Amino acid sequence: MRHIISVLLENESGALSRVSGLFSARGYNIESLTVAPTNDPTLSRMTIVTTGDERRIDQIEKQLNKLVDVAALKDITLGGHLEREVVLAKVIVAPEQKAELDTIVKAFNGSLITVSDAQCIVEMSGSSEKVDELLKSLASLTIIELARSGVTGLSSDESSLTA
Amino acid sequence: MQLTGADIVVKSLEKEGVEFVFGYPGGAALHIYDAFHRQNEVEHILVRHEQGATHAADGYARSTGKPGVVLVTSGPGITNAVTGIATAYMDSIPMVVLSGQVMKPLIGYDAFQEIDAVGISRPCVKHNFLIQNVEEIAATIKKAFHIATTGRPGPVLVDIPKDITAQLSEFLYPESVEMRSYPEPATTQPSEIVTAVEAMLNAKRPVVYTGGGVVLAHAQEGLRDMVKALGFPCTNTLMGLGAYPHDDPLFIGMLGMHGTYEANMTMFESDLIIALGARFDDRITGTLDNFAPNAKVIHVDIDPSVIDKNIKADIPIVADVKEVINAFNAELDRRRDDINPSLIADWWKKIRAWQGLDSFWYEKSDTIIKPQFVVEKLHEVTGGEAYVTSDVGQHQMFAAQFYGFSDTHKWINSGGLGTMGFGLPSALGVKIAHRDADVACITGEGSIQMCIQELATCKQYDLPVKVINLNNRYLGMVRQWQEFSYEKRYSNSYMDSLPDFVALAEAYGHVGMQIDKPGDVEGALREAFAMKDRLVFMDFITDQQENVYPMIESGKGHSEMRMRPGSASLAE
Repeated sequence: MRHIISVLLENESGALSRVSGLFSARGYNIESLTVAPTNDPTLSRMTIVTTGDERRIDQIEKQLNKLVDVAALKDITLGGHLEREVVLAKVIVAPEQKAELDTIVKAFNGSLITVSDAQCIVEMSGSSEKVDELLKSLASLTIIELARSGVTGLSSDESSLTA
Repeated sequence: MQLTGADIVVKSLEKEGVEFVFGYPGGAALHIYDAFHRQNEVEHILVRHEQGATHAADGYARSTGKPGVVLVTSGPGITNAVTGIATAYMDSIPMVVLSGQVMKPLIGYDAFQEIDAVGISRPCVKHNFLIQNVEEIAATIKKAFHIATTGRPGPVLVDIPKDITAQLSEFLYPESVEMRSYPEPATTQPSEIVTAVEAMLNAKRPVVYTGGGVVLAHAQEGLRDMVKALGFPCTNTLMGLGAYPHDDPLFIGMLGMHGTYEANMTMFESDLIIALGARFDDRITGTLDNFAPNAKVIHVDIDPSVIDKNIKADIPIVADVKEVINAFNAELDRRRDDINPSLIADWWKKIRAWQGLDSFWYEKSDTIIKPQFVVEKLHEVTGGEAYVTSDVGQHQMFAAQFYGFSDTHKWINSGGLGTMGFGLPSALGVKIAHRDADVACITGEGSIQMCIQELATCKQYDLPVKVINLNNRYLGMVRQWQEFSYEKRYSNSYMDSLPDFVALAEAYGHVGMQIDKPGDVEGALREAFAMKDRLVFMDFITDQQENVYPMIESGKGHSEMRMRPGSASLAE
């Protein structure tokens, strides 16, 4: 089962390696991991997408909580939540494909950045599922380079994660 | 007043009440060593290898309950210390390790003796810090001691770049620590206590299973009251020995891979396991597939992550185990009329029958020294009062099985990591803290050679520990596994080219003895322990073929113990 765990951690050097080291040392899966400072500059917010049964997720949360740099965490998939990932895809696009690409990107609320006559970058943000769908729709094009940000997210109710 | 960073380090240790620092100097730590030279409050003990420093600090910590403190230099100083840090980590021992680091501007440039100390120690510390400026030294050391000694204890490393130890700052040692990301440990809820005690009062086949947590929490008094009030059988893990007196009728011995038959069978057939400060590790449970199939589990631990990790708890209680045991006792007192010994009478009958097998039985010999016999005699000669450290292997199990502990903090061994080389340096750390007590290091000819250089430290600081070398000319536990599981292919387990241990001890300025007849064992021990001011290295030439029994072999469970050939069997 897929879980998205949001973690508030002290914005200290080495905090990220404590988390990634924990996952590799204990053999936990990481599907994606994103981290950036929050509006409180002393705190970073990390979003970890992982998989496992209930017992495994319970252990992951407990082990994360044991890290001294971790101030708070929450499995946001337990309630309503918003999940977003940014994707950038550099594609080769022939002039006759331009219109079709335009339609696809619009349908996904994305945008197009022109690189040259032959190439452009597709930009979109959405759930990982939506990103996957977009990429499927681009199957007829040649993707030269692909960058996905990994997931970040928030609970969509009035609750909030605080240190 | 402005002080150098190095002086702030030493002053901070003084503020923490540190009596001894175990260490070894080197370039990046030299300002700190210079600061040690300027004062007399904190004594520095110069070991002969950084691994020895960590084990000595560890022995000091385990025998006193106070944090052990280590000081090493950068690069090889800290890498040598890693084994000892990991040893302390696995057994939850409070320790603060200070390491010198290359100058801050050189970090990341592969400078001489540079290693990423924070990175290399990260998986085996509770937390670690790299000091960034002189102003944060005092507060960081305060935090380090706080983290090392509270909650589930563990080692904390503070890495200090050399240039920072030369810079000046005001010395202000904080009174307290506030860390939003390191909350106070949870406390117990009254409802949990009521539920747990209710389960105890209704149990027909209960067992109290206690681990190192009871020792670390100093909860032995309450435990004894609780077990006696309930009349339940009590078993201790390897790390928990001494928490319940070995000769009390309610004690059913150590459990686990080399525990007693009765302790493991009691676990297997129980309907209620009361786990106190123990973590159900693989050496305790054997295979999990068939672990105590009918047992409900009450699991008390201060570390939430051990709950439901290996064994699912029916009644989990996350709190200090001493506090919980005291709460159990208060509730038991309130419900004292509901304690019904007849409910567990049949259970005790069964346990007594298992005990009748005498699973630690071994064949006595008057021609060859049995290692078990040496440990039994050691108990007699020291009145069971000695601090006993051990290394890792067969001798460790014989020590655990046969010494017979009645107090906590007296059995000092590397249970979690299983570190050979631990015994001698930890013994010297114990002796420094307990100058008037008997301290014995039970070791083997393999383990002792891993940190034998600490004989020199013992000489320098006049630390007359007694080394009990159970010398069977084999890496005994390896040989035993090869006998059982590898058709006696003794690959690299024979210890050839052994030193003359008597001459070696004498070369270090100590007393050496070799004992090869069973009839001489007791006399030699008495003679050695009578030499109060001398370290005596006793080289006991023991039976090469002796094995540790009983044994739960790899992949087997509690009810499948391998007994010593020739043992009694249960009358069905």
